[in-house]
Amino acid sequence: MLDLIASDLFRNAVAAGTIAAITSALVGYFVVLRAQAFAGEALTDICFAGSAGAALAGFNPLLGMLAFSLTGALGLGLLSNRARGRDVEIGMALSMATGLGVLFLSLYAHHSASHATAGMSLLFGSILSVRPEEIGLMLLCAILVIIVLGLISRPLLFATIDPVAARARGLPTLLLSVSFMLILAVAVAMCVLTIGALLALSLLVAPPAAALRVSRRPNRAIALSVLFGLAVAWGGILASFIGPWKHPPIGFSISSLGAIVYLSAYIVEKRTRSLSMRSSEHPGKEVMDEGR
Amino acid sequence: MEVPAEPGHVVSLDKVSVHLGKRLIQSSMSFSVEEGEFLAVLGPNGAGKTTLLRLLLGLIQPSAGSISVFGLPPRRGNRQIGYVPQFRDWDTGIAIRARDVVRLGLDGHRWGPGLPSKKRESAIDEVLKEVGALDLAEASLGELSGGEQQRVLIAQALLTHPRLLLLDEPLASLDLAREAEIVGLVARLRETRKTAVLLVTHDVNPMLSKIDGVLFLANGRCAKGPTTEVITSAALSELYGAPVEVVGALGKLFVVGAPI
Amino acid sequence: MLDLLHYQFMRNALITGSIVAVLSAAVGYFIVARSLTFAAHAIPNIGFAGAAGAVLVGIFPVYGFFAFALAAAVGIGIMGTRAHERDIVVAVLMTFALGLGFLFLSLYSGYAQRVYGILFGSILGISAQNVLITGVAAAIDLVLLLAIYRPLLFCTVDPQAAAARGLPVAMLSVLFLALAALAISLSAQMMGALLVFTLLVGPAATANRLTRRPGITILIAALLGLTYVWVGIGAAALSGRLPVSFMVSALAFVVYLPVRLWARPNRNKKTGPTLNLDITTTGRDAPTEAEECSIL
Repeated sequence: MLDLIASDLFRNAVAAGTIAAITSALVGYFVVLRAQAFAGEALTDICFAGSAGAALAGFNPLLGMLAFSLTGALGLGLLSNRARGRDVEIGMALSMATGLGVLFLSLYAHHSASHATAGMSLLFGSILSVRPEEIGLMLLCAILVIIVLGLISRPLLFATIDPVAARARGLPTLLLSVSFMLILAVAVAMCVLTIGALLALSLLVAPPAAALRVSRRPNRAIALSVLFGLAVAWGGILASFIGPWKHPPIGFSISSLGAIVYLSAYIVEKRTRSLSMRSSEHPGKEVMDEGR
Repeated sequence: MEVPAEPGHVVSLDKVSVHLGKRLIQSSMSFSVEEGEFLAVLGPNGAGKTTLLRLLLGLIQPSAGSISVFGLPPRRGNRQIGYVPQFRDWDTGIAIRARDVVRLGLDGHRWGPGLPSKKRESAIDEVLKEVGALDLAEASLGELSGGEQQRVLIAQALLTHPRLLLLDEPLASLDLAREAEIVGLVARLRETRKTAVLLVTHDVNPMLSKIDGVLFLANGRCAKGPTTEVITSAALSELYGAPVEVVGALGKLFVVGAPI
Repeated sequence: MLDLLHYQFMRNALITGSIVAVLSAAVGYFIVARSLTFAAHAIPNIGFAGAAGAVLVGIFPVYGFFAFALAAAVGIGIMGTRAHERDIVVAVLMTFALGLGFLFLSLYSGYAQRVYGILFGSILGISAQNVLITGVAAAIDLVLLLAIYRPLLFCTVDPQAAAARGLPVAMLSVLFLALAALAISLSAQMMGALLVFTLLVGPAATANRLTRRPGITILIAALLGLTYVWVGIGAAALSGRLPVSFMVSALAFVVYLPVRLWARPNRNKKTGPTLNLDITTTGRDAPTEAEECSIL
């Protein structure tokens, strides 16, 4: 068992998982704040189409994913400036991408049984078969994302919380939206590579959402987000490698851990909120919100 | 809880207190509304204006005291009350015409899809004409402006020939001209239909000349009476429990020193 | 081409597909109107876990699918309309369910085919029994939907006024979601969990932009859905490789896009000032007879 852990397989998985977890925790924080989980979902399906198309055509899936998702991100970014009421449009784009992915994957899987099983990795992740070169590419993307995010994080935060004031201040909100979508596309591609298109959203959204339930302060929440993300990724990989039962697939372990972490944070927050409400009547509390 | 109904009282409250959760919104409100009386309901946010409407609609229960509406305890779905909820921004996600929205006021609570009916359509036409929105009948909801949507909502509330009309901040997102139109419309409806009207608003000035009186809610208390008696420095200071000045200028009233 | 109809599986697929297309149009209208597109995406994914579990236990996948889809739908309905919080919870639970479904199926040898089948759908494997179940269930669903049509419309357009009228707004919300879950489960047999959304929302979203009357919208959506389904099934049968779900999604998108970009139901032409009321105000400026500038 220990030699399993010492194996290349394990090290690769941990490396890929770590990079994906950190990147998605950082980007995911803004996704949750900007309420753009559905757009993130659309990007995972676009990545799905990209990787399936790449597999069919014989290219590297990661490149196919990046190509499709960056294009999709441009479109979504231009659209997302008026975010409200866009769910139908996003949903239709999402289905088109999924439809293409279904087409490509069906044709691919038709080939042979081995192709069929390989197709699973597009849907549910292939962290175990990530090659060292791909890890190198992931690292590069991650560094790029972190740099860009570092640059735009403050104006992005401003534009997220108060778009009207931000625009009045002269911030290029459209540029910010599009840039954010682009780095989201890269983060999503990484998650899709490690845990598959269907499960990628959990690594992107669950840790940051949990962190935001514990603390509202940006710095603290971001740090917690990374912490939770790493815990989920490592925990998931470990659980699958040394699993008490039959080794569950890593995708399942990670998405389940994500759910557990989020739900725990949710419950803890509700408890502490009701306790604090019971203990003090706020006399000076703003009477602005009468129950309407 | 029954209250002996005095003839002509549309609404009667006797020592009514209401809580929202733990918070006391109003304590011991007592007042009554006569048939055909047009009252503006004023007060700061959180003072209980919307809560009062919901009490009358039977949507919430008072924690003390008794309420009677047309001589009976409030109950949900009372067709004698026309309710125009606060304006909301309909997004274009739903395909529905203004006349369909109005129709809901008549039979929206009946099960089934409903069969076509000439009588119903002409009733809808009539009420749309009354609010001056007949030519908007075929328009999609999302295409209408704020004032137009407000008129459609009022039409919807009128279909059951209510004797009491409750309007929750109908002027909130309207410009001056639109405000005047709606106030004029409501005043006219009160004339022709003899409906009592409770109009919740933040600013009494657009309707100063039309209302019979004011119901002012603040600080957990309420005061009801003619405008000249309630909106005065003395009366409001007493209500708020803090110094409040009422300044009259250019035919308008301004309240200084307290949120309204 | 017509000799395809000799095959039992074709007839079954066409009948099931037609039933599902019509049901989806009616349900889809309300899904779009009530801004439930995210739920229309999440519910089938959660249903996938149920179907996978059913396969493991050895019962008809559609029953397992419906059980999980119903639970998800009711959960979403109960959570109410605090949109943002609800979206995250649903997203997290959805990915968990997908992972669970994958786990279930991975315990099964030869699982890849099963997974594809449930996720992507297929026109084969629809037995006569499936057709019967679909028909009966769809009929029940439609009847119930028709029964609550007016109250549901009222709650959708104007929930506060509806509540004031005494309508059980929350209960209707949950009931509708349950009906949607049933429609989704029936549709997933052929469309697969991943693309049920497209038959549910595509035609309705398209029809929404072509007309203003609710009844006509549903009719147009049904016609569109039927077209997509028939063309999709035909193409899938003829080519032998093109998945029907892909065809339907492609058609739905290709028709939706131009309609979304260019179609607008005829603007109501207003002639002159809209208000003929007699407004007398004392001591105030008379309101100008401004034309209503509808902003859209």
